[in-house]
This record gives sequence, structure tokens and C-alpha cells, in this order.
Amino acid sequence: MNAKFQYLLRLGDNCLVLSQQLAAWCGHGPALEEDLALTNVALDLLGQARLWLSYAGEVEGRGRDEDALAYGRDGADFRNLLLVEQPNGHYGNTVARQFLFDAWHQQLLAGLSQSSDPRIADIAQKAVKEVRYHVERSAGLMIALGDGTELSHQRMQGAVDLLWPYTQEWFESDAVDAQCADQGIAPAAPSLAAPWRATVQAVLSRATLAMPAYTGHQRGGKQGMHSEHLGHLLTSLQFVQRAYPGAQW
Amino acid sequence: MPRTTPPATREMILAWLGEVMDPEVPVVSVVDLGIVRDVQWRAETADWAVIVTPTYSGCPATEVIAASIRDALRDHGLGEVEVRTQLSPAWTTDWMTPKGRDALRNYGIAPPVHRASGAGGQVVDITALMPHRAAVPCPRCASRKTRLLSQFGSTACKALYQCSDCLEPFDYFKPH
Repeated sequence: MNAKFQYLLRLGDNCLVLSQQLAAWCGHGPALEEDLALTNVALDLLGQARLWLSYAGEVEGRGRDEDALAYGRDGADFRNLLLVEQPNGHYGNTVARQFLFDAWHQQLLAGLSQSSDPRIADIAQKAVKEVRYHVERSAGLMIALGDGTELSHQRMQGAVDLLWPYTQEWFESDAVDAQCADQGIAPAAPSLAAPWRATVQAVLSRATLAMPAYTGHQRGGKQGMHSEHLGHLLTSLQFVQRAYPGAQW
Repeated sequence: MPRTTPPATREMILAWLGEVMDPEVPVVSVVDLGIVRDVQWRAETADWAVIVTPTYSGCPATEVIAASIRDALRDHGLGEVEVRTQLSPAWTTDWMTPKGRDALRNYGIAPPVHRASGAGGQVVDITALMPHRAAVPCPRCASRKTRLLSQFGSTACKALYQCSDCLEPFDYFKPH
């Protein structure tokens, strides 16, 4: 097993899948400002996905580039977290998913900025600046909607409760995580739990939302065991390259 | 027989690149934007390489900028030039020149009002950050009574503001 390759796929796939989800809001956002914001965040994540997947292809050494990895793998070969493939739902679901992810992503990238692998550190130092802005925005929306009207509060609490079981697999270390942490390539997965909880707690509290109690969680995304949603997403993401392999603009 | 002396100087090339405008903000050159990091003569291949760094990871202008640089230097008789992308150190608006900032303002885009905060790896306390937005002066009437309309604008590098005095909406180049 090439742990670094697997780890890079996880980084790239999180960005790619979430970017694709956000792009689906283009032209459908509840307000023009939100439409612009979601597509801009999607663009940042797509850029990051390209950097991670390009490097993944080089590390694998089998001649696969970013496009081959994005368009040529089946669902079971994707290594993204289950959270990012959860449906867009109503706007509150999209906002809650984004905030829970951004708060973790920022911690992760801050850790990766110190990676023993210089290429990973370079990409992370670039990406963390973008993600800092993402989390500022999504945290602001959590507060505005959570501490908004009765209906918006109720919907935000519902969204946080719904997504909560998908926010724990990040902190579980498997063989890939452990090997990368041992080599100083990545921060240890469980080490991100406390800072993430502190950020989430602070924002939920200002948003007058309750932190859900732990009632079990879902896992498997990092190992390629996905929910049904990923397959549907990949059909639109990969359609052109599947129908016309190697097609170029 | 490869040429061992460069056909131009580094300063000449930087001056030429000072005429290559950013495709999204066509009044600021790639040099004034701070994305040209270096120009290197390579004796072994007898050609020039231009080192650039992207503004944002997903900025779609990156490829257009590389093509514009190659075109401009070809027009100046340098032949094929390699444009190499370098990620580190990550681009920051702190590298924008005073000339670039003035050009932005004259074009109607407010330049960044403060330096980009800290090193990339630093985690910001988001709950402390949000209420303290610095006032962004209106690029048209210089009023400081302006408000944020949208955290994102027409491109990834900008936010959208509106002036409460002259009522004009305007783009703000975010500190990054």
C-alpha cells in the first residue's frame, strides 16, 4: 500500500466532491451574493483538488494525471469523507455541511503546512489562506441563520443534527493516517478533534444552536465505502469523459 | 551551438512584463500584482524562464497569464520562454506594488486596506475576527462610510462593497 498516494487521494477527493456539490448551486442560490460565494468557494476547492490529485498521480507513478484520477475512477476508488457527499438539501444543509467541513479543513491544512513533504506543505500553505476565508463566511452564516428566525433556527438545528454522525470518521486513524502521521507527512487524525470541537462549539453557541449528543457515527468514506449519493454525483461529474474518453476542449 | 550570453537583461524583461496586464483587472500588470516571482537565464538550454505564482488555487486567469507572458516575450524577440509555476511562498496581496494599488483605485477597485494576516499555517480565531472588519474607503469618493454587500465578487480575489455616501457599489481587492 502506498500510504502517501492514498492520503493525497483523500485530500483531493474531499475538495473535488465538495466543489462539485457547490457548483450545483450555480444559478440556484437563494440570493445573488450566496450564488457568487458558493461558486467562488467551489472554484477554490477545485483548484486545490487539482493540486492534490496532480501530486497523487506523480506519487503513484503509473502515469495517471489529475484528469485520469478525477474522471476515470469508480466510486469505490474515491477516498472522500462521507460528509462532503451528503446531498445539498435545503440551504441550511449546505451551510451546515460547509461550516462543519471548513472548520476541520482549516485545522487540517494548518497541520499539513508543517508537513515533512515539501510539496504537501507548499499546497497546504496556499490552500489554508483560502479556507480561512471560507470558514469565516460559513461561520457567519451559521450564526445569522441559527440566531435568525424561528424557522431558520429550526432548520439549522435540524441540519446540524442530520450531519453530525458524518463528522467523526475524520478523527479516526487507520493504517494510511497512522503511516503518514509517523512520517511527519500529516498531522495525526485524532489531534484535530479538540480544536475542531472548540471552534464548532464557539460558533454553535453564538448561533444559539445545540451541539448534538453523540449517538453513534458513520464511517468508511476514507476507505472507499460510500453512501449512495456519491455514485449519482459521479455520473454528472464524469459523464463527458466516460462517454467520450480523452475528449479535450 | 547554443548561445551563452542572454539576448536581453533581466531588467529589460521585467520592464516588458510590466506591460502584461492581468486579464481580469486589465490596469494592473502581472509584475505590479506580485505574481511574477523571478526571471532566470538558463545557460544550459540558452533560454529564459519566468517564475510565476498563482493568486488563488482555482484562479482561471492563471493559464491566460502564462500565455500572455509567452506572447509578450516572443514579440520582444526572446523566442520560446518557459513559464514555470511555483506555489511557495504563497502569493499575498502584500506583494502588490504601490503603483499597482494606485492603478486599482483609479480603475474603481478598492485596494486591500491592511496587510494579509499572519503566516498561512496560523489558525485564526474566527469568532473574534468577524465583528472587526476594517473600513474600506470608497475608490470613487473616498468616503469611509461603506458596507460589505457580499464576501465574494466578480472574481475570487474580490469582495463587493457599497458606498453609503455616493451609493456606488464597488469591488474590493481582499487582503490575502
